[in-house]
Amino acid sequence: MAGKKFTYAPAPESRAILDLRSSYGLFIGGEFVDSIDGRTFKTISPATEEVLAEVTEAGEADVDRAVQAARRAYERIWSKLAPRERGKYLYRIARIVQERARELAVLESLDNGKPIRESRDVDIPLVAAYFFYYAGWADKLPYAGFGPDPRPLGVAGQVIPWNFPLLMLAWKIAPALACGNTVVLKPAETTPLTALLFAEICQQADLPPGVVNIVTGAGETGRALVEHSGVDKVAFTGSTEVGKMIARSTAGSKKKVTLELGGKAANIVFDDAPIDQAVEGIVNGIFFNQGHVCCAGSRLLVQENVADIVVSSLKRRLGTLRLGDPLDKNTDVGAINSAEQLARIRELSDVGEEEGAERWSPPCELPDRGFWFPPTVFTGVTQAHRIAREEIFGPVLSVLTFRTPAEAVEKANNTPYGLSAGVWTEKGSLILWMANQLRAGVVWANTFNRFDPTSPFGGYKESGFGREGGRHGLEAYLATGNRGRDV
Amino acid sequence: MTTTAPLQVERISEVTASDASLRGFLHGLPGVDQVGAEARVATMSSRSIKTTAKQWAIDLAISMIDLTTLEGQDTPGKVRALCAKAMRPDPSDPSVPRVAAICVYSDLVAVAAHELRGSGVKVASVATAFPSGRASMAVKLQDTRDAVAAGADEIDMVIDRGAFLSGRYLEVYDEILAVKEACGHAHLKVILETGELGTYDNVRRASWLAMLAGGDFIKTSTGKVSPAATLPVTMIMLEAVRDFRDSTGRQIGVKPAGGIRSSKDAIKHLVVVNETAGDDWLDPDWFRLGASSLLNDLLMQRTKIATGRYSGPDYFTLD
Repeated sequence: MAGKKFTYAPAPESRAILDLRSSYGLFIGGEFVDSIDGRTFKTISPATEEVLAEVTEAGEADVDRAVQAARRAYERIWSKLAPRERGKYLYRIARIVQERARELAVLESLDNGKPIRESRDVDIPLVAAYFFYYAGWADKLPYAGFGPDPRPLGVAGQVIPWNFPLLMLAWKIAPALACGNTVVLKPAETTPLTALLFAEICQQADLPPGVVNIVTGAGETGRALVEHSGVDKVAFTGSTEVGKMIARSTAGSKKKVTLELGGKAANIVFDDAPIDQAVEGIVNGIFFNQGHVCCAGSRLLVQENVADIVVSSLKRRLGTLRLGDPLDKNTDVGAINSAEQLARIRELSDVGEEEGAERWSPPCELPDRGFWFPPTVFTGVTQAHRIAREEIFGPVLSVLTFRTPAEAVEKANNTPYGLSAGVWTEKGSLILWMANQLRAGVVWANTFNRFDPTSPFGGYKESGFGREGGRHGLEAYLATGNRGRDV
Repeated sequence: MTTTAPLQVERISEVTASDASLRGFLHGLPGVDQVGAEARVATMSSRSIKTTAKQWAIDLAISMIDLTTLEGQDTPGKVRALCAKAMRPDPSDPSVPRVAAICVYSDLVAVAAHELRGSGVKVASVATAFPSGRASMAVKLQDTRDAVAAGADEIDMVIDRGAFLSGRYLEVYDEILAVKEACGHAHLKVILETGELGTYDNVRRASWLAMLAGGDFIKTSTGKVSPAATLPVTMIMLEAVRDFRDSTGRQIGVKPAGGIRSSKDAIKHLVVVNETAGDDWLDPDWFRLGASSLLNDLLMQRTKIATGRYSGPDYFTLD
């Protein structure tokens, strides 16, 4: 359809703005330091497999140093600072993020593979918005509804995923700092660079040393952090599998834990939905960020009397998606974040075919190098298929149909997950009824994948517990009387 | 691209058989979610059209212009100047394509038709008591016949917004039908005056109404009402012509008019055409830009690409 006559010439965002170092240390106590045993690993651009930088792998001793630095900063400075002053630092960080937005966006797209359009228009503006939002809470905590004098917890150990590297950092660090905690954060091993640039921003903002510490590494580093006895609070976003391990390893400790895990969200389209916008919502739901979104609308439940028109409109729309260079301003679908993730997407897609679902992708050319997977739609999917049950975490949509609202609810809830859901209808009463029936932490109505710092986000069941964002998000970082795990 | 048409010709006559059936059909069209529609347009507006793509788009935009003058103070001299510009937008550069049409009031059609004979540039005339549409049916039809008789290739009519907004859809339908008949061989562009329709749902309904009644083009605005052409409205109309062709096999053109002044605006419109209706509409036969000052900005951008420098407005002719 589109694209034959009007070919958009390449419009790459320049990398010149970046001042990328060839190697990065750990950010501990306000400085970049080497690891004790000198181990390093490389981070690559998933779009080209080009090595971007060498990053330090933190061992247990390094994590210990970082936790101690955070403890010192907590006891000597941060917990004693007037709340208003904490707020000032957060406002300063938010403004620097805005000032350096282009740099951060380019780096995020380079390291993660996501289109610059998304890092520029979604990720980075939201990062600034979360810091601004929680900056405002810093001196208003007594009015947040958690008692007249809510206290911070101490040192927070935070482990974040690779799908929204800097945004997940903001979701974790902004509320933690606003509430008076100090943090040790471990970014994902495939996407450490924006967290390290954020460390530079902390220096630029004159944030007291040790308030924010960044330790890079893989699973072992994360485990060392989560299990460290000096950590008072564990916040994790990532897979349900790892989340369960963390739940086990922190059980019986005093650590307060919040987990934001996987999802298999239903995007439910009723026959009276605004079809063109619903199609956009389906696209945003599953092809945004290559489907690397825990709350992705990976199951499309469409009312059977409009299934044909919705699916054919969707396929036509997918024909206009542009896949390729993440730094090209006209790219809609970027690279899959890692070879490992690509293998998982391929495996589950093949299973979908073997199980008898019909696979479709728009004609699109995949680059020779890097990790790529075309937008893919499976029709004729049933609840029993693995692609309807397991989180694929890629640009793969399973289409199922339903006849009545009750059946839609039944199918939507028939999953071990419960992170998000979408409802498309022009009937307000149906939206409210569905929202009450759906067991999901977020229910979007006539939109999907919208994030806002004022709105809490989090899951039911195997999607985790605790909320991030909004007033609710403060609770995870405050001693609220009911100390311990909030299930 | 024609699918199993749910709206065959026989069904069109069923749909338009009565006020009730027509209302049932128009109100049964899928709704438009305003927030979602505007978000989609915002995304398309962020496309970065550079270098060769920009060059191509600028030339296409020039060739799609309905170069317009619709002022009380229009003179034959002004229309003659406009015609010269239409055929040769930049006198110093013969590689610039000619525009699609000249659009004038019906009393000046003869002047334009004489100037443009054999040039390939069409003569369009506004009619049916433009811009308010407030006149008797007899006057509107005579206005149309006069313009066609004077040599107009295309008629831009306005719908009776009062009738549409009060739900008298059949009245609007009958009026378009009658004007279409009065047009004879001339193409009919139906101006919906979307700035007065209030909602995108209404834009979609008015678009379908005009297409059912036989309009060859649907056009956003007279240019006398604000807001005139906006990107979301153009997108809704493009969705309508796309869906109408899927249903009936008939292709209808779209013309946003009024308020498109810069090359950037024009290129954004072309991106929306490209990603909403597709290649088939990227053609002056199926997409027009009703504008006057836009042409000079396009020429200025074109020169900038060719020479690397911006020249001042004095280097381009006034129209």
